[in-house]
Amino acid sequence: MELFNFSKKESRLYMAFMHVTFISLLVGGLMGLLQTLVRSGKYTLPFNIDYYTILTTHGVILGLVLTTFFIVGFQFSLMGKTVGISDKQLMWGWISFWVMLVGTVLSAWMILTGEASVLYTFYTPLRAHPIFYIGLTLVIVGSWIAAFTNFRQLYVWKKAHKGEKSPLLAFMVVINMIMWFVATLGVAYSVIVLILPWSLGYVATVNVLLTRTLFWYFGHPLVYFWLLPAYMAWYAIIPKIIGGKLFSDPLARLAFILLLMFSIPVGFHHQLTEPGIDPTWKFIQVVLTFMVVIPSLMTAFSLFATFEITGRRKGYKSLFGWFKKLPWKDVRFLAPFVGMVAFIPGGAGGIINASHQVNSLVHNTIWITGHFHLTVATTVILTFFGIAYWLIPHLTGRRLTPSLNKLGIIQTFIWAIGMTIMSTSMHIQGLIGGPRRSAFSEYAGGDQVSTWISYQMWQAVGGIILFVGILLMFYIFIQLAFFAPRGYEEYPIAEEEVDAEKSPKILENWYIWIGITIALILFAYTIPMIDIIKHSPPGSIPFDWPIGRS
Amino acid sequence: MHLHKYEKVWIVFGLASLVLFLLIIGFAAFWKGTHPQSHIETIDPQNVEANESFQPDNLGLTEVADGKYVVNMVASAFNYDFGTEEDGTATKTIRVPKGSTVLFQVTSKDVVHGFQVAGTNVNMMVEPGHISRFESVMKNDGEFTVVCNEYCGIGHHLMFGTVEVY
Repeated sequence: MELFNFSKKESRLYMAFMHVTFISLLVGGLMGLLQTLVRSGKYTLPFNIDYYTILTTHGVILGLVLTTFFIVGFQFSLMGKTVGISDKQLMWGWISFWVMLVGTVLSAWMILTGEASVLYTFYTPLRAHPIFYIGLTLVIVGSWIAAFTNFRQLYVWKKAHKGEKSPLLAFMVVINMIMWFVATLGVAYSVIVLILPWSLGYVATVNVLLTRTLFWYFGHPLVYFWLLPAYMAWYAIIPKIIGGKLFSDPLARLAFILLLMFSIPVGFHHQLTEPGIDPTWKFIQVVLTFMVVIPSLMTAFSLFATFEITGRRKGYKSLFGWFKKLPWKDVRFLAPFVGMVAFIPGGAGGIINASHQVNSLVHNTIWITGHFHLTVATTVILTFFGIAYWLIPHLTGRRLTPSLNKLGIIQTFIWAIGMTIMSTSMHIQGLIGGPRRSAFSEYAGGDQVSTWISYQMWQAVGGIILFVGILLMFYIFIQLAFFAPRGYEEYPIAEEEVDAEKSPKILENWYIWIGITIALILFAYTIPMIDIIKHSPPGSIPFDWPIGRS
Repeated sequence: MHLHKYEKVWIVFGLASLVLFLLIIGFAAFWKGTHPQSHIETIDPQNVEANESFQPDNLGLTEVADGKYVVNMVASAFNYDFGTEEDGTATKTIRVPKGSTVLFQVTSKDVVHGFQVAGTNVNMMVEPGHISRFESVMKNDGEFTVVCNEYCGIGHHLMFGTVEVY
């Protein structure tokens, strides 16, 4: 497999995305720390800052900004490495970066001045300042520019390599961006057509249920948009780091195709306790949701198969002896591995959340917060950190020194411990009814509430440990970006076995897979959407005062 | 495409578990009727009193048959309106005997709220324009805190009530 070397100006583009990522980590992480402190009941925010302002900042900066910048930047580098990038595409890369950044700054400005304390779900009829919505739209439009640049990159490569199969990682990037584009169409329509005119006062009312449904049409694929880049690293990069080969190219492609098909038509499982959606359609989307179990199991199998094959090749023969041979002292492997481990309870919790009736026990309790701190904030983020340990020195022409590697290992442990404490106490508190997204409150002050508060103390303990982890990670980032010794760090991409089977051509037939995806979306959404619009109640007028706007 | 033998076993096992799991929740939903709340019944959020259940006099607890109760509530930022006591003060606590069947009916006058009787299965989204309903048998006695579990503004954490089962 031929790999492209990055030019200086190319590296500069990918690094720009990384800088925004790690600044976001610091800012968003600080907000997270403050939240856990406030909820412990022992701390009040200074300068009259509202709890919900920092909650909105935390959600938007970490859930939307950090993830999107990291993913777009990382994916650009994957494309640059495997299919190359032309000067013109490089320019489009910069345009996408600046559009996203301007959008981020506009939204952040509104959030920090208290004009948009609507959390990252921005449910109507709470009305934020129009500039907040314009900013979010720009972040999405910027990511679309990146998506179409990626599509173009693969197209150009395919034209130059007639009859060859596309590089696996480029294929995966394109799958992720197709999913992202199809999903964000929903939220873009909601923001541009429904919310923005209403927020500006040109339209009197908004259909609340419709905006929520369009949000969740995007909101679930969003979590797969976070997860797929982690899967890319697991499938195609980790094998190289542990000294092995790709387990199966066609299997990896098939898993990604299945994730594309089953990521989108499943948003109703976030709305299971909503009054306005027919229960039968909810159930249908629950069934579709569970289809992602298949590619997830395939992924788990192929990862452990790679681990075992690699270990055995190095000479370990007993049933689990190969496990010892894995490079535990290499943070590029350890961090993503801890992430994979967290995905086992994380995935199990997801099955509970998406279940038709079981959901009502945990819906909107802090259990949900615990769940996505395991899946996104542990599985995905630790994998992203694992990528950063080699990607950043590769881009800056430096080396991950043994001492930075050691710091990274310490960072991984701090993260795992902090997240275990925080997430476990969130899960338990949620099971006994503690709500999510609430500032500290003693409510009526009964026995029930005092048990909640004891778990909130533990969340603060976890939050403090995690913030130490964030500071350490930021330090490592600065070192890798500016101060580590000059040198060469490998961009690890696993190769296929010499005698690997050929991938069936059908796996690259985009018409079929995009066609099936659209058919599934139409099946899952057409009738409920007609229902929602036909049986819609009188619309809702905007409400500014509940979020503290006068 | 070639699949490894163990991988086939693994996928078949996974798929079989998945099918079993879906059959169980499907059976519970369609034969036992335990769907999550969904009534697709609309209301004008600016005029909730047009609906009989949400007129001021009908708010709060009503016994409709022996051991059967209906609780009507109007949620608004940042309060649950459970109606008033005989002396005219706002009702803060709903009291029902243990073992009674209670139908909770709630709607919103303004923004999206949640309605959860913490420690029970009663948990619903409350949205302007829609009526949320959930019927539950109160099997355990004790004081249960009702919390708004969907963010409704800066007073969200001050929105609560109490259900007492005696």
